[in-house]
Amino acid sequence: MNTENFIPINTLCLHYKLEINFFNTLNENGLIEIQLVDNIEYVHKESIYEIEKIVRMHKELDVNIEGIDVVLNLLQKIDTLQMELLKVRNRLLLYEN
Amino acid sequence: MAFIDYYKVLEIDKKATEAEIKKAYRKLARKYHPDISPNDKEAEQKFKEINEANEVLSNAEKRKKYDAYGENWQHASEYEKANQQQTYYNKSGPQEDFNSYGRDGDDYSSFFESLFGNSGRGRNRSQQFKGTDLNAELHLKLEEVYTTQKKTITINGKNIRFSIPAGVENGQTIKITGHGGDGVSGGPKGDLYITFSIENHPNFKRDKDNLYSTVMLDLYKAVLGGEITVATFDGKAKLNIAPGTQNDTKVKLKGKGFPVYKNEGHFGDLYITFQIKIPTNLSSKEQELFTELSKLRTI
Repeated sequence: MNTENFIPINTLCLHYKLEINFFNTLNENGLIEIQLVDNIEYVHKESIYEIEKIVRMHKELDVNIEGIDVVLNLLQKIDTLQMELLKVRNRLLLYEN
Repeated sequence: MAFIDYYKVLEIDKKATEAEIKKAYRKLARKYHPDISPNDKEAEQKFKEINEANEVLSNAEKRKKYDAYGENWQHASEYEKANQQQTYYNKSGPQEDFNSYGRDGDDYSSFFESLFGNSGRGRNRSQQFKGTDLNAELHLKLEEVYTTQKKTITINGKNIRFSIPAGVENGQTIKITGHGGDGVSGGPKGDLYITFSIENHPNFKRDKDNLYSTVMLDLYKAVLGGEITVATFDGKAKLNIAPGTQNDTKVKLKGKGFPVYKNEGHFGDLYITFQIKIPTNLSSKEQELFTELSKLRTI
C-alpha cells in the first residue's frame, strides 16, 4: 500500500509530545482510524485536523478521551440540528414570500 | 479604553488562590473554547477575554501590578516612572517601562496592552492557540448549486479554491480548514467559514431537495386530457394529462428535483401544480358553443 497520504503515529507522538497509548486509545474508541502497513501504524493525512482538534481539547482543556468522544458526538448533533433548523427556516420563507 | 475587571471575567473573588484561578479558567475555557463552540463569535471573544484574564492573574508579577493599580491603571506609567527613579538610586539598574509599547494584534485588549505592553504578551505562555476563524458570505444563483462546482475566492489577498457541493442549502455554512488567521505561539491556522446566500429562482421554488413549480394548463387539455411538455430544472419532460384535470392538481415527477447534498446521483422530486387557464375574449362562435355545452350539462 502506498503510504504517501498517511502519517506515521510515531511522527504524531513526537510532534504533539504525546505517548503512543493516547493514539491507540483514540483508535479503540473509534475517534481515529489507525492503519497498519508493514508493521508501522499510520493515520490518513485527511484526519489530521480532527486529530489536532482532539489534541487541543485534551491538552488545553484537560478533557479525557471519553469526554472528547461525548463532546464530538454532541457537536455533531448540534450540527445536524442547525442544518434541520436552516431547512425549516428556508421552508418558512416559501410561505412568507 | 475601559478598565477590565479580570476577576469578574474569571468569575472569582479578588482573594482567589492560584488553584482557584486555574480551576475557574479551566471551567470557562471548556465552555468557550473555539473547538467546543465553533463559528460562535461571542464565544470566541469571551475565550480571548478569559485567556487575557488568566494570563494576568495566573502570573504573580502581573497580578501584583494589576492589583496595585486596579482602576487607576491610567496612572500606572507615572507611578512606574517614580518607582524607577527611586530604584535607580537604590539599585542602579534599569527597570521595565510597561506603558510605552504599541499594539500589533487583536488578541489582547487595549487595556492589557496599555498596562503590560507587547513584552507582556505571551510571557510565560507555553500554550499554543488556533488562529482566528474567518467568515465570508457567497451569493449564488440556484442554478449554481445544482451541480458541484469549483470556485475561487480572494480572502486577504490570497486565492482560495474550493468545491461547492451540489445541493447546498441557502444559509448553509461550509468550513475550509486551515484558511483562517495565523495561529498564536505556533498554533494551527484558523478556519474559513463560507455561508451561502442562494437567490430564489423565478420559476422553481425549493424546499430541501424538492422543487415546486406551477404550470398553466389550457382548459381544453384539462377537460379532454392529452400530452404536454413541461420545463424541469435541467431540461424538459413530457407529461400525460388525465381528462378532467382540476385546478390546483399536483403531480410528482420523481427524481426531477434538486440534488441531495453530498449524495451524488440522488435527487429530490419535482412537484407541478396545474393552474387552469380560462379562455377570455371569446368569439361569438365560442360563446355559442360554450352556451350549448352549458345547456348539455344542466339537462
